[in-house]
Amino acid sequence: MKKIINTGGLLLLLAASISAQNNGSLLSLLDDQYSRDRVTNAFKSPRVINSHSMEMLAPGTMDFRILHRFGDISQGYYELFGLDHATMRMGFDFGITPNLMAGFGRSTNKKELDGFVKYRVLWQTNGRHSIPFSLVAVGGMTVNGLKDPIGIEEVPVTFSRRLAFYGQLIIGRKFNDWLTLQVTPTIVHRNIVENRLVPNELYAVGFGGRAKFTKRMAFVWDYSYLINRFPPDLNSNPLSLGFDIETGGHVFQLHFSNATGMNERAYLCDHNGNWLKGEIRFGFNLSRVFQLVKQDVF
Amino acid sequence: MSHKLFLIAAFAAVFVAPAQAQKLFTRDGVVTFDATAANSPETIKAVNKSGTCVWDKSSGAVEMAVLVKGFLFEKALMQEHFNENYMESTKYPKATFTGKLDNSGSVDTGKDGTYKVNASGTLTMHGVSKSVTAPVTFTVKGGKVSAAVSFSVTLADYNISIPSVVADKVNKKVEVSIAANLELMK
Repeated sequence: MKKIINTGGLLLLLAASISAQNNGSLLSLLDDQYSRDRVTNAFKSPRVINSHSMEMLAPGTMDFRILHRFGDISQGYYELFGLDHATMRMGFDFGITPNLMAGFGRSTNKKELDGFVKYRVLWQTNGRHSIPFSLVAVGGMTVNGLKDPIGIEEVPVTFSRRLAFYGQLIIGRKFNDWLTLQVTPTIVHRNIVENRLVPNELYAVGFGGRAKFTKRMAFVWDYSYLINRFPPDLNSNPLSLGFDIETGGHVFQLHFSNATGMNERAYLCDHNGNWLKGEIRFGFNLSRVFQLVKQDVF
Repeated sequence: MSHKLFLIAAFAAVFVAPAQAQKLFTRDGVVTFDATAANSPETIKAVNKSGTCVWDKSSGAVEMAVLVKGFLFEKALMQEHFNENYMESTKYPKATFTGKLDNSGSVDTGKDGTYKVNASGTLTMHGVSKSVTAPVTFTVKGGKVSAAVSFSVTLADYNISIPSVVADKVNKKVEVSIAANLELMK
């Protein structure tokens, strides 16, 4: 007897659960309410400030970037707080597929040419088959374009001595609409360094993020901890703080930084100012995205 | 005695209730909108090809949903602005319609022909719900049922503000059209 009651109860439960489904949303019958939702717009652009961000360029677009860094603010009024001196990098980045982009740029600093390829291995996804973070790999190289890049008579200048390479992994997560954080282990290899004590391979870990406080404005920051820089100098680790301002077609990035360099070799390996001594500089990045190939959507 | 009644009730609920309802659905409804202003130099159009819809033919109830992020534009930047600045798709991921078709029974899915019925209900997007009505045209051909709807949406009704810099490009009223091939739910 008890068995029958139990069976009846079980069936009732089953019936209740099915009718509950029917009484709820009709769409719940399709059972795909929570399809895959890839996280987009973790950053306004593919760069935080100096370092690459977890964001990619859309396929078919070109991002024309003009980066400026002025002189040290600590130079005072005579140099108009650094504004009398400026270095710049002009860059062209291209979105090739949703997960692949490449770009090149040239800096006035050391007349350096740089190029990179960036590939998204994992794309942060919500819903079904969720992935909690994005994983992006970047590989790049730089070419020093100075007439005499080494400055030591006994060391002849060869093309390979002008080169440096870098590899980087970006592990990033957009936590919500206003907060994105990323960690970027990086290795830079220089074919030639200043002296025996300076390692050819420099290891660094970057920490970047964005706090978006209106629809069109965000606070961004970008710091790299250099693990084996010689001589070690904690205060000259590159740190940049700034704002992203989106005006429709353009993205303006205004910031303060202790780094002059605007490619991975330069801002990680070159001597940067000391934040604590006010050796920081004002800078701005200007980004304009052009659609070269229209997306075939219809 | 009462447990037998339970059993009967349970069986009835499991096996009888679903059999009487004829439901049609789609997972790949095509939702297109055009927000191009009259003298705009750019075309502002987008399409979403994975709209979901379930129509309970016996009761006339209809539900439809699209993921806002699923709208694709020719220009990536437009798509980004649509999601980030206008629709705020992270905050409001879906646009939904819940309502009913008047005279739903008049659509004979077993007989070729076109059938016009009226849909009325609630359209929810960008966190705002509004009552809407629109005529729906059903076409039955060779056992295949498709539906088409066109209507317009006033952006201000849904708290979507257009900045003055793009006021000459984005129309205040957006033309939306939906086309779906419906299948019988088994």
